Amino acid sequence: MAAVNILETRGLTKSYGGVHANKDVDFVLPRNKITALIGPNGAGKSTFVGMVSGRTLPTRGTVHFEGQDISALPAHKRMQLGMAYTFQITSIFPGLSVEDNVSLAAGRKLAHDKAAHAAKTVAVLEKIGLSDRRDQIASDLSYGHRRVLEIALGLAQDPKLFILDEPTQGLAEGEVDAFVTLMRGLAKDTTILLIEHNMRVVADTADHVTVLDQGRLLASGSFDEVQANTAVQSAYLGTPANV
Amino acid sequence: MTTQSKSITLHLGVLAVLAVLFFVLPAYHVGAFSRIMVLAIYAIGFNLLFGYTGLLSLGHAMFFAAGMYGFGLSVNLGGLPVIPAFAIAVATAGLLAVGAGYLALRTIGVAFMIVTLMFAQTVYLVILYFGEYTRGDEGFIVQQAQRSIAGIDLTSETARYATAFILFALCFLVMARLVQSPFGRRLVAIRENEERARMLGYDVGRLKLQALVVSGTVSGVAGAAYALLFGYVGASFAAVHYSIFPLLWVLLGGAGTTIGPLIGVMFMFYLIDFSSGLTNAYMLVAGVALVLITLFAPHGLAGVLRKKVFKWLP
Repeated sequence: MAAVNILETRGLTKSYGGVHANKDVDFVLPRNKITALIGPNGAGKSTFVGMVSGRTLPTRGTVHFEGQDISALPAHKRMQLGMAYTFQITSIFPGLSVEDNVSLAAGRKLAHDKAAHAAKTVAVLEKIGLSDRRDQIASDLSYGHRRVLEIALGLAQDPKLFILDEPTQGLAEGEVDAFVTLMRGLAKDTTILLIEHNMRVVADTADHVTVLDQGRLLASGSFDEVQANTAVQSAYLGTPANV
Repeated sequence: MTTQSKSITLHLGVLAVLAVLFFVLPAYHVGAFSRIMVLAIYAIGFNLLFGYTGLLSLGHAMFFAAGMYGFGLSVNLGGLPVIPAFAIAVATAGLLAVGAGYLALRTIGVAFMIVTLMFAQTVYLVILYFGEYTRGDEGFIVQQAQRSIAGIDLTSETARYATAFILFALCFLVMARLVQSPFGRRLVAIRENEERARMLGYDVGRLKLQALVVSGTVSGVAGAAYALLFGYVGASFAAVHYSIFPLLWVLLGGAGTTIGPLIGVMFMFYLIDFSSGLTNAYMLVAGVALVLITLFAPHGLAGVLRKKVFKWLP
């Protein structure tokens, strides 16, 4: 039987000089659930997922993925194990067509099987609503469509763990709704770790919420539990917890 | 017509034109085209790294020279026949690319340009240092008697054109196929956005090394072919301007297109040929033409074609 937690970090710490971006973060991520990682600006959320995905080297601490210690693995190997990552600042292949973008993302696993590769590319374009724009050059897309394409690059990899760094940033209301529906549909067989500032998205999607503040794990629980937590309130509102 | 069949038609069409040119061109231009095809092989090799992978090497002359000296020394000192000497030459360039790539690819951007430039300068100086064997700057001749395969003398105009054509066709078609394969698409992904490619799970370091090795090996084929067909091996082919030439050809012709290298070499060759007939300051004419093309067609001649006419151009 697969373990309950797909990902665990122990003592994960990142220091820049004397400043701790993350300090001793012990974190578990339950399988096939949506977990939202929230916290004020500068709380260390992106640093944390950077260390999970391998983009950022931790100062100390370990990361276990599906029971395997992946702390020493470079980012691409972690992706090969079944992670996918979407960037906070849109990162696509600007000079290539929408279809080529998705095809490259699907191609790591499927390039040896032309039919499956093409089918997967079509399916992802369909699912994300970019089929009409498949021939458009990615840099010509509107901001919202570029964000959507970024998510499509993740989907095309069929990840076990999908890490999304502020995916709804700058999206219009309607696009956010579509995103929420998409995430709910995915959660059946994908674990999602979502960094999100939009509390409506968090409330509508997350099974679990984890709060980071000043690089430390502050609270964890359901959205309602976390919302009621006074330490969380003070971290967001800047009032002392004991007032 | 699908993109694939259009691409096949185009590439075979280019080769057909080159084959026909042999019969219709006057002797001088037949000789010129033999040289153009050999240099275009060099540009094709360079283009894989620069045009498709987005890595600018300023030291590709070392691979051209490795092929050239690998062939010339194997024949002259080793007394080997053409085919084994050619194989040694290509292997030498490939091995050099493995070593140089392993070290140079630890750097990126400007540092990569400088490191490759330095490696090429080292190769150039090594050639001069071992002047006893390489004859240094002066170079040496590969004798006519040594330039034949199975009794066919490759120094005749016909055999030379045919050999250049076969080698060019091989490199041209293989490279066209390669850049449209999953491997080639991944190189383009690196050029477009290296970090994104890495975060899709591609081993970017390994892919870049593979691109450099293929690029260096093809450049080596060109170097060996040059020595074989034109019979001269000299250190000037390892000097810095021979690292800059392929960059100019590829920029002019269209970086990241399969036909760009040939167009670039052809254009540059005839530009210099034409302007040197007008004035002694022929490099000035060439320079102005280069500036104009860079200004008005920054993606090169084939780049313009791709933008305006053939969007599917690989």
